This record gives sequence, structure tokens and C-alpha cells, in this order.
Amino acid sequence: MKEIIYYPGCTLKNTAKNFEDSAIACAEALGFKLRELEDWYCCGTVYSLTSDDLMHHIATVRNLLRVQEEGEERLTTLCAMCYNTIKRSSKRINENEDDREKINSFMYEEENDYQGNVDIIHYLEILRDEIGFDKIKEKVKKPLKNLKLAPYYGCLLLRPLEVAIDNPDSPSILEDLITVMGAEVAYFPFKNECCGAYETVSEVDFVVERARNIIGNAKRNGADALIVSCPLCAFNLDNRQKNVSLKYTDFEGIPVLYFTEALALALGLDPEVCHFDLHYQSIEELVKEIEQ
Amino acid sequence: MPFEISKELVRSDFIKKIEELSGEEIGACYHCGKCAAGCPAVDTMDLLPNQIIRAIQFGDIEVLKTSNTPWICASCNMCYVRCPRGIDLCSIMEAVRQMTLRENLDHIDIRVYTDELATLPPIAVVSAQRKLSS
Repeated sequence: MKEIIYYPGCTLKNTAKNFEDSAIACAEALGFKLRELEDWYCCGTVYSLTSDDLMHHIATVRNLLRVQEEGEERLTTLCAMCYNTIKRSSKRINENEDDREKINSFMYEEENDYQGNVDIIHYLEILRDEIGFDKIKEKVKKPLKNLKLAPYYGCLLLRPLEVAIDNPDSPSILEDLITVMGAEVAYFPFKNECCGAYETVSEVDFVVERARNIIGNAKRNGADALIVSCPLCAFNLDNRQKNVSLKYTDFEGIPVLYFTEALALALGLDPEVCHFDLHYQSIEELVKEIEQ
Repeated sequence: MPFEISKELVRSDFIKKIEELSGEEIGACYHCGKCAAGCPAVDTMDLLPNQIIRAIQFGDIEVLKTSNTPWICASCNMCYVRCPRGIDLCSIMEAVRQMTLRENLDHIDIRVYTDELATLPPIAVVSAQRKLSS
């Protein structure tokens, strides 16, 4: 079985355990294994945008160094924030020898220097480029018939251009996955709009408005559920529905699933990997419909 | 408010530092407004994203220090991918935030939100602190 080193990040061990468990189960069902990186560090969650702030790339470089020490040159991740942060940092450090030298001399207690050869790819890219959607289609046991799913990309998988896994303004990778799972794709112009991200900590009302607009758009286009790929989008679009309902009494909710959860259901895997209790908006009805 | 443009302000250390931190050429912006048109957070901002660039071009430090726009920007990069001049506006917003944060003036105090902290995903808490406090 083909193996790839996998970086989970903090939230997949926490509020997004369903994302991790379903992804690991899907990988095995599709013939590859996610081997968790040993001794990983927090990625920093956001990419440092200031030119002089090398310090905040160190956590990322330590992760890349661990991959190098395992004799590998590739790392995969699921969380869109980890993906974006590590990918942008690795591009800066891999392509810039001065920065790499500075960071290596700062990490003098490490046995090895980081050589700048590790690349990071997103789990969705493995599904598309290495397994192939045709192959996935063959393995679907319970097609998600009668379901209309709205693919929500958010920002971090698509922007900026140099780290995008697909066309930033008109992506299709989630649509293609939804189609091979046997579901219908909802027309969804809000698919790459920001959910409000970390503003959810201090500006709840701002995120409530974002969530209402995004979900409202999906609902108007007949979606039965949202498909997401980021644990922060999942929180803002699922858990924050509680706050939206408090502000707008006529608000109608919608279940939110990670793409790996939908895939696990389509592949006929144990629905337990979806951890029903980690969803604010219940997905039990959806699962029942698929299981029938 | 009338504002007098002066060489001293336009070429002040404050403005130079913003250019240096962001690595962007501020003069490249010709204010087409595509950033403002695409920004999903614009209705919450007191100034449009390109008006922040205008304030930097004119050296209006007071506006840069008091506007809520840089603090609302969550670096979603919609403006960056659509800018016909290729300006990374998110890096400029970060530089403007950093000018305040590097004076040890935090925008948020995470301890205020203790009621909710346990239910928030760790990435939300870490990124909010990274972006909005020093």
C-alpha cells in the first residue's frame, strides 16, 4: 500500500476529529495510507505576511525538517489553514537560500539543516492526480443519489494563485468529486467567498452575516448540504448557525459535511467515522437517506 | 476632513516602513476598485480597501491608525487574485496592522472571550491572536 506522510495539525485532533477519521478511512479504502508525521509542531495557522518576520516560519520549517529526516520529500495535509500556511512558507524557504540559511542557523540545536526539498500537497490533490476520480467512482458503493451538494472552497485552497490547488475563480475539484460520489452539484456562486475566518473569535456578528449570506445562497440553489474542506469554515458555517438563528428567527439551517465524510459514506464505510456529535446541524437524516 | 498633502508625510518613516514590511509598491495602485468590489467584508469596513492604499499614498497616518478596515481584513486574498496590478493588498493590510501591534497595542485581548474559548477550534484562537495581538 502506497504511503504518504501526513500532517494533522491541532484542530484535526480536536473539534475536527471527524475530518481526520473519515480521511484516514477513505485513504485506506482507496489504497493509500496516511502515516502521521512524528513529533509535529503547530504550523502557525496563518502565513506571516511581513517581509521581516522570519521567526514565524520556523515552526513550519521544523515540520519540513522532520519530513526530510524521514527520508521523504512530500507531505500531505487536510486542514486548509495548515495547507496554505505550510505551502506558502515552504515556497518562501525552499526558493530563498538566504532565508533558509538564517533559519537553519537559528535552529542550531537541530542535528540536520533543512535542505529546502520538501513539498506539500493537499489530500484533494492526491484524490484527483494520483488516485483519479474515475477510480474513486468504481469504488463508490452507496452513491449519494437524490442529494444536491454545494461545494464550499473558502479561501485557503484557492488563493493566492501560487499555492492554489485549482483555478482560483472557477475551481472544479470538489464539483468533480461530488459528481463521482453520485450526488448532484448545486450552483453556488458563494463557493470561494471568505467565511470570516478567525474574526469568529472577536467579531461574531460579522461571521453571522457571512454565514447567513453563504448558507442562504446554497439554500436558494436547492442544496441539501454544504461540503467543506477547512475546520474553521466548518465551525463558522455549521456551529455559527446557532448564532444566525438567534439573530434571524426565519433562518433555515443546513448540514455541513467535510468532503471526506461525504466520501466515506459514498464508499460505504462505517458512518461512525463522521462523529455525529461533532456536528451542530444534525447529519443523521442525511446519513439515513444514504444508508437506505 | 481637509487633509494637506506634504512631502514630510508622504515620505515619512511610517509610510516607508509600511512599504518595507509589505514588500509592495504602493504607487502601483491606480484605484480601479476591483479589490473593493470583490472584498466579502467590505460592508463592515469604514474605508474601502483601496482607500487604505490612498491613505498610504498621501501619507495620512491618522487614518491608517484609526480605520477598522485593516482589522476586518482576514487575508482571504480575493483582492490579490483579482488586482490587475498584482498588488498583494493583504500584505499591505498586515503591514498597517503591524505598525500598531509593534507598539505593543493589541487589538484584542483573548481573555475577554473566555466564555466561548473552549468551544472554538484551536486554529481560530491561535490565528486571532497571531493576527490581532502582538
